[in-house]
Amino acid sequence: MKLGFSREDELFRQECADWLNGQMAGEFRDIKGVTKLTGSPQRRKEWEQQLAAHRWSCIGWPEQWGGRNATLSQQVIFAEEYARAGVPGRVNHIGIELAGPTILTFGTEEQKQRFLPDIAAGKTIFCQGFSEPNAGSDLAGVRTKARLEDGEWVVNGQKIWTSLAHISDWIFVVTRTEEGSQGPKGLSFLMMPIDQPGIEIRGIRQINGDAEFNETFFTDARCPADSLIGAVGDGWKIAMGLLAFERGVSTLGQQMGFRNELDEIIAAAKANGAAQNPLIRQRIARAEIGLRLMRYGALRMLSQTDNSRMDGAALTYKIQWATWRRSLGELAMDVLGQEGEISPYSEYEWDTLPNLFLFSRADTIYGGTNQIQRNLIAERGLGLPREPRWTS
Amino acid sequence: MEFAFSDEQQMIAETAQAFFTQNATSTRTRAAMAGDGIDRDLWRYFCQDLGFAGIAIGEDLGGAGLGLVELAIIAEAAGAQVAALPMLGSLLQVAPAIAAGGSDAQQAEWLPALLSGETIAAYVEVSDLRVEGQLLTGTSRFVTHGAAADLLLVTNGEGAWLVRADTPGVTVTTQTSLDQTRPFARVELDQVAAEALADPAGGLACAYRTALVGIAAEALGGAQSCLDRTVDYSKERIQFGRPIGSFQAYKHRLADMMIEIEQARSAVYWAACALDEEAPDAPLALHAAKSFATDTYFRCAGDMIQLHGGIGFTWEHDAHLFFKRARSLQTMLGNGDWHRERIASMILGEAA
Repeated sequence: MKLGFSREDELFRQECADWLNGQMAGEFRDIKGVTKLTGSPQRRKEWEQQLAAHRWSCIGWPEQWGGRNATLSQQVIFAEEYARAGVPGRVNHIGIELAGPTILTFGTEEQKQRFLPDIAAGKTIFCQGFSEPNAGSDLAGVRTKARLEDGEWVVNGQKIWTSLAHISDWIFVVTRTEEGSQGPKGLSFLMMPIDQPGIEIRGIRQINGDAEFNETFFTDARCPADSLIGAVGDGWKIAMGLLAFERGVSTLGQQMGFRNELDEIIAAAKANGAAQNPLIRQRIARAEIGLRLMRYGALRMLSQTDNSRMDGAALTYKIQWATWRRSLGELAMDVLGQEGEISPYSEYEWDTLPNLFLFSRADTIYGGTNQIQRNLIAERGLGLPREPRWTS
Repeated sequence: MEFAFSDEQQMIAETAQAFFTQNATSTRTRAAMAGDGIDRDLWRYFCQDLGFAGIAIGEDLGGAGLGLVELAIIAEAAGAQVAALPMLGSLLQVAPAIAAGGSDAQQAEWLPALLSGETIAAYVEVSDLRVEGQLLTGTSRFVTHGAAADLLLVTNGEGAWLVRADTPGVTVTTQTSLDQTRPFARVELDQVAAEALADPAGGLACAYRTALVGIAAEALGGAQSCLDRTVDYSKERIQFGRPIGSFQAYKHRLADMMIEIEQARSAVYWAACALDEEAPDAPLALHAAKSFATDTYFRCAGDMIQLHGGIGFTWEHDAHLFFKRARSLQTMLGNGDWHRERIASMILGEAA
């Protein structure tokens, strides 16, 4: 067990920090500190391309596909320095963290050639088409259909909660390719270009006033036959494999964002005197402890060499961070008092802390609700009897 | 960076777990509870045959020369069985204090006997201790395993003195204590001749961090045991024609225990590792580990009783051993609020 980084790693850290800080002080200074996913989309696509041009886009990938074959420690360091430098989040995070690894794992050589370099280069922005109005927690209930016709897949149906679909180039969708099938059987995993007449995107306004996610409608939408990942009927297996990638190194970068939020609360508490309230002091200390434990939980998860099964740290990670952040939002409002309830903008738009309070209500829902997480933990982690589910 | 056990650490963990599971049985622990809270055979075997007593003490002093990570591994395994051993006073407080702050002569006189288990030591904290030359006067009512101690380390937080328990002027009275596996004694000192520890600051600091890591690790082991035993029960107990562990209200409560325990595990090994590596965040880690792990233990022990129903409230069932140990660890060496306030002070400055 070792927490410290080697001398080489620390040199690498310096290299990352120097480059990132240089960018944020120079050509890309206009997007430094942008936190909302929807802020300055065009500049952030350019930022993706800048990262790629300097091979910082997907450092954990093989060199062949634009990566650096970076070690785990190096990936941890890059994620930390990235957030520390105030660099905005990756608009293509679904491409580099979900679509890319999925293609690397399940794609053919041709598919790797076709997609990976462009994902790494920030030219292909991906979004995820999993949930449907009647397939939320019960993802296997998807009804969107696909059929092969004249060498093309033809897709009909509707997806929902497709984050960033309005700025994306491609979408991966779980579709039902076997007529009359139910549950996880008969599903297939397709990659589809978004810019086509058969795909319509409508924004959904969220409780914070923003519209990061969408409804996506497919009406005879098309993609080539070789856009299928894996075999026909492998959709469920691939979707589940993809979800496992969500627990990767990017979680550490996400935590650095949380660090900034907590620091902002601490600064507000010091400024308005809330920091003298013993109850607030306890809650800030708890938040600090929770954030640190998240980091060490993630390091445990990433240090695990046997990836065939999720250990306790990996199984509990999602509910841990989501619940922590939701509490952080509540703490922010208690620290701010009524100041947190008025916005300086004329539009219904919020600065970081009130936005955190509102947005964090989504954290305990998307990517598996807290209720579903508890089922997973109880069943996979503790071996308790399973809930009713689709029988194949 | 690799935040996982090495092969050697994994081996120590397996050995320690097997040892405590096989030997620190409920029957033996209950026999110890009826006496002075020590299973002597277990203690002798632990110290002499396993050689775990001096795990974090330097090899030149007769220890194994390993670190707090390895010590935490042992304490976790002991905590999982609520083992009735004088480990806290002897090995987590007094031995580290002497190893870090004792003169050569003090080390030579006491460490071999402490590590072999022949001498049992207790830590006596007296805030209003009266010191007249080398004569000490004062009382503490919360000395763990004090009634069994041969050696007392007396401190007022600044100075530290070694006192043989049979020195004239020392009166030790057993207290009926909530946690019978670690009973308190009242220790009165009336102008007792004492020998000052050579470097009290160094000794006390080492005792403090070792004890906090040990307590946090013990709490982690105990909490995990509460969960494991409740999970086992939930699979066997049938009501309404199905195992009670199949009910979501029950499952989710067990899941919540696991979520807390996994964080406690991160806390304990972060603290142990950060202290071993002298990382700058080690003080924060120590407060985090102590408060988080012991609060987790108490919550899990309380849930264990609730989720066992009536049987969990009986003397016969072991749930109360965990519950009482958990409660005692929460208060020991500063409760959760106190440790969190230390963290708050690091972040926000001292409260006005």
